[in-house]
Amino acid sequence: MEMQKLYLLVPLAPLFGAMIAGLFCRVIPRWLAHTVTIAGVATAFVASAIIFKDVQAGHTFNGPVYTWLTSGDYRFEVGFLIDSLTTTMMLVVTFVSLMVHIYTIGYMQEDPGYNRFFSYISLFTFSMLMLVMSNNFMQLFFGWEAVGLVSYLLIGFWYTRPTAIFANMKAFLVNRVGDFGFILGIGLVLAHFGTLDYAEVFKKASEFASATINIWGSADWSLMTVTCICLFIGAMGKSAQVPLHVWLPDSMEGPTPISALIHAATMVTAGIFMVARMSPLFELSTTALSFVLVIGAITALFMGFLGIIQNDIKRVVAYSTLSQLGYMTVALGASAYSVAIFHLMTHAFFKALLFLAAGSVIIGMHHDQDIRNMGGLRKYMPITWITSLVGSLALIGTPFLAGFYSKDSIIEAVALSHIPGSGFAYFAVMAGVFVTAFYSFRMYFLVFHGEERFGKAAHDEHHDHHGDHDDEEVSHDHHHGLAPGQKPHETPWVVTLPLVLLAIPSVVIGFIGIGPMLFGDYFNGVIFVDAHAHPAMDHLAEHFHGATAMGIHALTSLPFFLALAGVVVSWFFYMKRPDIPAAIQRRFSTINTLLENKYYFDKINELVLAGGSRALGKAFWRGGDVAVIDGVIVNGSAKLVGMIASVTRLFQTGYVYHYAFTMIIGVFVLMTLWINRA
Amino acid sequence: MSTYPLLSLAIWIPIVAGLVVLATGSDRNAPLARMLALFGSIAAFLVTIPLWTGFDIANGGMQFVELRNWIPRFNINYHLGVDGISMLFVVLNAFITIIVVAAGWEVIQEKVAQYNAAFLIMSGLMNGIFTSLDGILFYVFFEASLIPLYLIIGVWGGPNRVYAAFKFFLYTLFGSLLFLLALMYLFINSGGSFSILEWHKLPIALGAQIWLFLAFLIAFAVKVPMWPVHTWLPDAHVEAPTGGSIVLAAIALKLGAYGFLRFSLPIAPDASHELSGLVVALSLIAVVYIGFVALVQADMKKLVAYSSIAHMGFVTLGFFMFSAMGIEGALVQMVSHGFVSGAMFFCIGVMYDRVHSRQISDYGGVVNKMPKFAALFMLFTMANAGLPATSGFVGEFMVILGAVKFNFWVAFAAASSMVIGAAYSLWMYKRVIFGDVANHHVEELSDINKREFAILGVLAIATLWMGLYPQPFTEVMHASVNDLLRHVAISKIQ
Repeated sequence: MEMQKLYLLVPLAPLFGAMIAGLFCRVIPRWLAHTVTIAGVATAFVASAIIFKDVQAGHTFNGPVYTWLTSGDYRFEVGFLIDSLTTTMMLVVTFVSLMVHIYTIGYMQEDPGYNRFFSYISLFTFSMLMLVMSNNFMQLFFGWEAVGLVSYLLIGFWYTRPTAIFANMKAFLVNRVGDFGFILGIGLVLAHFGTLDYAEVFKKASEFASATINIWGSADWSLMTVTCICLFIGAMGKSAQVPLHVWLPDSMEGPTPISALIHAATMVTAGIFMVARMSPLFELSTTALSFVLVIGAITALFMGFLGIIQNDIKRVVAYSTLSQLGYMTVALGASAYSVAIFHLMTHAFFKALLFLAAGSVIIGMHHDQDIRNMGGLRKYMPITWITSLVGSLALIGTPFLAGFYSKDSIIEAVALSHIPGSGFAYFAVMAGVFVTAFYSFRMYFLVFHGEERFGKAAHDEHHDHHGDHDDEEVSHDHHHGLAPGQKPHETPWVVTLPLVLLAIPSVVIGFIGIGPMLFGDYFNGVIFVDAHAHPAMDHLAEHFHGATAMGIHALTSLPFFLALAGVVVSWFFYMKRPDIPAAIQRRFSTINTLLENKYYFDKINELVLAGGSRALGKAFWRGGDVAVIDGVIVNGSAKLVGMIASVTRLFQTGYVYHYAFTMIIGVFVLMTLWINRA
Repeated sequence: MSTYPLLSLAIWIPIVAGLVVLATGSDRNAPLARMLALFGSIAAFLVTIPLWTGFDIANGGMQFVELRNWIPRFNINYHLGVDGISMLFVVLNAFITIIVVAAGWEVIQEKVAQYNAAFLIMSGLMNGIFTSLDGILFYVFFEASLIPLYLIIGVWGGPNRVYAAFKFFLYTLFGSLLFLLALMYLFINSGGSFSILEWHKLPIALGAQIWLFLAFLIAFAVKVPMWPVHTWLPDAHVEAPTGGSIVLAAIALKLGAYGFLRFSLPIAPDASHELSGLVVALSLIAVVYIGFVALVQADMKKLVAYSSIAHMGFVTLGFFMFSAMGIEGALVQMVSHGFVSGAMFFCIGVMYDRVHSRQISDYGGVVNKMPKFAALFMLFTMANAGLPATSGFVGEFMVILGAVKFNFWVAFAAASSMVIGAAYSLWMYKRVIFGDVANHHVEELSDINKREFAILGVLAIATLWMGLYPQPFTEVMHASVNDLLRHVAISKIQ
């Protein structure tokens, strides 16, 4: 088959599945819905693999599919750019999506919205593929918003739950704040480059290195700094960087498969992908890179802290995702774009694994998500246990596992970077290693080891954490976890198979990938690094002597000991002496309150931004429209006409004697004037 | 090029059809009146299709021109024509008329013939506005179109309909008087011509241009409506029946915006440049201020009415950036707004017909009872919030991108609608559609029937088509918009 048709097939196959499952969701049987969508995504995966091979053989592609719009001198097209960055993302997206599709058969089997769910996740796959395959900013924005829409639909999948429909609106609006910056960035690109085509923009980029624009007052700003920061604000929304991170933890209201697919493995990494794609622009502004670095470092460390105190199994993983996205952003800021993409890829596998494993636990626990009610599950759910352990070890950076190679490379790259803020970032990512290990294994120990705390009747307190089902027709006991005496059970094969298939790359992908992706010519001509200004990657390459050597060397390095310490401390705290964390919580109650309120971001947003907007709206409406415009001007002028009329009307009584009397008075006045004239 | 007088047909078929419908008289003949109205509107739509398919996109001038003497004593002519700016609105108007007739099919049970006749006649009159090339002819259509809308609100409207109808009528009449004065001035100064195209070439001193511009501005700003002369619109929408709201939002608001392109910019180009700051400022107030006002509305129709004003702010903003992206983006926004706001008002009408309330607080959990409706309403809500792949995105995207080049902070203010627009649209959707069934009225809801589904389906296709492939819509505009821009760039001061 001709390659260009194959490119088209990749996004269109999932779209076809989504349309069949979505438009006919009320008439087709369940098996058809999942067969057609899984077939679509599997087709996309296979085609992506073929395209990957083709790109490895040196056949990249950049061309339009159709002209969307022309206006003035501008032309907007829908088109594809197929290179190694695109194919990496295509493989990650289609593979994780395929796993999630299969998993969903088991996870959603009792849900009345089964067909609709499959339609949404296939639609998401289509949107995400359009995003990564785009060859221009316009289509990127299309995909960007489309994945936001599907995320909105999926977070609010259980549309009768007040928390879910609040969370989905919040997610959409916070993302829109990011998009607000993003579209201004795109506008700046169009205004100065005259095109939105990646290749043309990147070709011209160096000409604009020292261009300035006048934004405020008399000060001139570097065009590239303003543009890149605007673009990055978009990435902050989608990739949930502080302070636009607030939507991601709430998005856990959606069903677990989408938390894995959208809110861990794929959509939230769109911002990382975008910045890596724009590397020729970001390289021109050290200020913007520094901004990226600091935001990423703050996210990596401070979101990790929040993971420590969460009790909802999904929220622990969610904060872990936030923190890891911070790591990727740090890598971008350090000009180590390829490392960011590498971590994106390894993270996609082990984080999808952790989420799906969490979902498996939730099924086993009959939709109880509170880790305080679990414990000792390894006996009952062996496959989930082992795969979770693999995922957790990969996440904390155990040498030779996937997460180790990518995370250690990030730490090294930051250490070698000299741009402003890199000192703080180095501290943040280093401290983050301990924090990550601590919260990951706190959850791991509380869920799979120790005392069996489930089935103990007293479930009252976790009602607000209750699980994924809310459809009364289905069954009531879904909300309440395990009944007293009931034991958890391992999940069916459709659930455990994806866990196993994801565990494999979580182990090996780092070892295989690091050589070519970071230090080979995999990203040649795709990711651009100004080695003179930002030499971190070059130095990193000098230190690299193969994946095995790197793993062995790490056993004596600081991050390894920090991670080990994290595991040991969490074991000691939660397995040996559970009284210690409780005592710490009491002793440092201020910090605990701060963490429990998530640094008050939500409260401030609700009070100041949401409340402020409503107050402003009321003031404009009641004060401006109703009181001034309608009250004074419109009805006021009507009243004025009425008043004048009511006064003048008094003179028109219709009685002859009134007129006669007035006439006589008039004659008298005139006579008096005439007499006095003399 | 067709040899038929297509533009005359587009004007007079609906008017004649309206008179025929009116002749069916009392409500005993209601089914006949409905069928006649439907056929009339479809026939009128069919004659507009060759306007698009036969349109010469390379020609920026007037096409399908018709010219006859009307009142020779004052040199007033029956002069019609369309260019890339006006053609799409004739088609849109004819399209929306079918929607409106179908929208009132079961809902309107009283004075059926008169109701349908009013819409058909108005449709013809509005086609007259979009195609007139003679000042007096334009003015006659412009004023005459007020009467049917006034009647629609005043007769078939809600409880406060008389206040709303009067407010609407007086507001727009006030603007029209200044417009008439401007026409008289131009007639005298051009040596006795009412030809709009000749006025375009007429040299005028800057002082006079500014007065003309202000007269036009007031006339058109009321129609658009622009802040601060917008307060008639929410009242008119709230009181109007569903069909009235659809026509008002989809077509009537476009008349004022169209006036800017046909009169203000080409006749007073220097004044347009001089006063563009004022219009841009008013447009941004419409986008931001009105956006916040929309956020706190408790009445769905008022909310969508305010959101219409905000969307029209993009239109006037686009015009006065004097760039192809700006003007074409604004025109796209006008067409898109026709689909989206029409659909939004229809959706609200669907719920109103069942529950008889427009208050957001009277709803909640509608999706449980009306899933098909909820899905379509979601599409239009997202289009209203400017989501890509819907038509609502295209115009906003073009205007914002054009604005970045014009002035960064103007773009900044305009782009804030990305957040505010999403906030008021989605918040309303959430409160009305999502959640548990809120009360027994919602419990009794039945999903949309075939007629309602067909109407929303057609509008959905239009919305998606324009979002996914807007090129056919913009390619007809290029030549005319470029001609206009070249024309506006040349000073008329001598």
